Amino acid sequence: MLLISSLAVFLVVSYTSCKGAKDSDVQASVESALRANPDLSGTVVSVKDGVATISGEVKSDAAKAQAETAAKGVKGVKSVVNNIAVAAPAPDPAPVVISPDETLNRSVTDAIKDYPGVKAEVKDGVVTLTGDIKRSDLQKLMMNLNSLKPKKIENKLTIKS
Amino acid sequence: MALQDKYRELVDAAKASGVNNLQVREQDNVLYIDGEAPNGATKDKLWDVYGKLDPDYRAGDLIMNINVATHVPGAKAKVTTEKSNLNIRKGPGTDQPIVGKAAHHEIVTLVSKMNDQWWLIRTDKGEEGYAYAQYLTVEN
Repeated sequence: MLLISSLAVFLVVSYTSCKGAKDSDVQASVESALRANPDLSGTVVSVKDGVATISGEVKSDAAKAQAETAAKGVKGVKSVVNNIAVAAPAPDPAPVVISPDETLNRSVTDAIKDYPGVKAEVKDGVVTLTGDIKRSDLQKLMMNLNSLKPKKIENKLTIKS
Repeated sequence: MALQDKYRELVDAAKASGVNNLQVREQDNVLYIDGEAPNGATKDKLWDVYGKLDPDYRAGDLIMNINVATHVPGAKAKVTTEKSNLNIRKGPGTDQPIVGKAAHHEIVTLVSKMNDQWWLIRTDKGEEGYAYAQYLTVEN
């Protein structure tokens, strides 16, 4: 009796471990199929009795579908439960605020006042610098002009040492 | 994206040196880096990196607006002109009448910041008005 039940336990254990090994093999194959697609890097899979459950997060519905197709294509997968979440797209950053020309003109005039060799023109947010400046003053002037919210700065200054 | 690559070292340095509210945006082929540096030395360091990546700031493809963290009103500031007096004006603009002067290296009181360029200050003599922030160095 003891022998028989031991044998039964042995058989059950070897049966499940055999089956478990199979699931884990399938799981490894699905994992490598998912890893082959960089869009699916946020996904994980678990396989039980041939049913592959995929979860995690991807960036698009298309990627979610690709993950399911990839998993279904693996030998030994009977069915796929697709629990992958699609991440909401990151909101677009607020557009850069550019000062209107009128404001820029006044603030640029203030900024270059103490550099007699420097001339500036403002048009459509672009500040164009001409004339000349001492090298030691250039960074100071640029720091100031960059804080005035221009669209861009065209530096055509001649730099004197 | 090419601009972000060109100035990657700058953005990395800003992150590493604790610049707050850092924003890096690309628009119409210009990269805009905005943020608030914890102190003037950090801002200077970032500007040196900018000058290294774009010598003499010629490319016209970056606007870097890094402020130094807002100083508390009531702080003392030193007049750091090259040698001249600093004009104190009635309003924020060089077109505004001069209402007083602060001497080179005089210590004045910071009343408030009108904006990054113009600060409202008061001298020990009681003269009050707007001065150009570039010539004021806040005493820590």
